[in-house]
Amino acid sequence: MTKARVATVWMDGCSGCHMSFLDMDERLLDLADRMDLVYSPLVDLKEFPLEVDVAIIEGSVSSEEDLEKLYHVRSRTKVLVSLGDCAVTANVPSMRNPFDLDCVLRRGYEENADVNRQVPVENVPRLLPRARPLHEFVKVDVFVPGCPPSADLIHFVVSELLEGRTPELAGQCRFGA
Amino acid sequence: MKPNTAQITTLKIDGHDCGARSDETILDVAQENNIFIPTLCHIDGLQDIGACRLCLVEIKGSNKLLPACVTRVQEGMEVTTNSPRLQHYRKAILEMLFSERNHICSVCVSNGHCELQWLAEQLGLTHISVPYLHPKLEVDASNRRFVADHNRCILCTRCVRVCDEIEGAHTWDLYGRGVDTRVVSDLKQPWGESESCTGCGKCVHVCPTGALVEKGRSAGEMTKRGQFLPYLTLMREERQ
Ligand code: SF4
Ligand code: SF4
Ligand code: SF4
Ligand code: FES
Repeated sequence: MTKARVATVWMDGCSGCHMSFLDMDERLLDLADRMDLVYSPLVDLKEFPLEVDVAIIEGSVSSEEDLEKLYHVRSRTKVLVSLGDCAVTANVPSMRNPFDLDCVLRRGYEENADVNRQVPVENVPRLLPRARPLHEFVKVDVFVPGCPPSADLIHFVVSELLEGRTPELAGQCRFGA
Repeated sequence: MKPNTAQITTLKIDGHDCGARSDETILDVAQENNIFIPTLCHIDGLQDIGACRLCLVEIKGSNKLLPACVTRVQEGMEVTTNSPRLQHYRKAILEMLFSERNHICSVCVSNGHCELQWLAEQLGLTHISVPYLHPKLEVDASNRRFVADHNRCILCTRCVRVCDEIEGAHTWDLYGRGVDTRVVSDLKQPWGESESCTGCGKCVHVCPTGALVEKGRSAGEMTKRGQFLPYLTLMREERQ
């Protein structure tokens, strides 16, 4: 039996969803028998591989780099999972959205800084005017809300996907949980 | 007690035969018969206004969807409280409520104790398919004990009604139109400067979301106690 090729991606999130993933504890060993983790912030690999079966994305789309990554991942992935409230609703990153981007940057890098007061422009991706959920840009196949979703829920989602089923999550999860 | 001139009516809700008084609403009768109809603006003890439209039901022989909280029962009525069409509209309404303001449940004081969030879970909402508007809205923390966070308000007007009908202060009202509507205290003054507010906190405890909360609560702490209302209303009716 060929193993499913699974990737996890981290955009504008706090890593809490990935930590929840790890909270599956010993169940990870059972999953590891059934899938190959081909890309992840937990794995040292620079290039997102071709032909991924399941890509699980944490975090909102907040910068130009996030957006490029998202399009890239989508084009190489069969099933795209939006993991956690930042990916699903834009959550905490979106708290800057009511404000003008320049004001946000000035607030963060100038008004609140004691030394080196300047907005960085080199070697950092440019922020988009607003942090947005994944599905406002690409087709998302599975939504897993929660901040973070529980390890049990993630285990259920991944197990179902590895069995070739689309997990039915309606009524099993909520925003903010 | 009010003289009871109501007659007995029989109707069908989801195929069940139900008996009702003719002055009851479809929602009253459904609740008496343990049939769940989602609601947001309705709360036991206050006048119904049919504002949120979550309680829409189908009535045999009519193309229109009618709000169960303000529709009186009629003899022989056949009501359907759940269908793909109703689910579709209820979800759409919830999605619009979420997208219209800034609901960030994970950092909201009402996380885990919120009727909007709970309903979204019950109705199986896993994401919001309309674009978020992200309006820039006020948080009024001028009151000594309470906070009004307009980012979380769904304009159900429970606060307006409880303050008017039960407390008798009529501190809250609506201002503006459409998506620009806001609840305002007095003549759009900061709540802390309101001369009419008695500080009773009734509005805070009937608010279904994290829009009106007690100060000093952190995320997930703000439980609401709305159960006092039917009791107060009953006492009042008995006195009249
Ligand atoms: S009011 Fe309810 S739905 Fe809105 S952010 Fe708070 S918990 Fe979430
Ligand atoms: S605290 Fe009492 S009096 Fe003041 S606005 Fe709320 S309900 Fe009205
Ligand atoms: S403040 Fe609360 S009770 Fe008042 S209209 Fe808004 S959501 Fe409803
Ligand atoms: S509960 Fe009936 S319209 Fe809101």
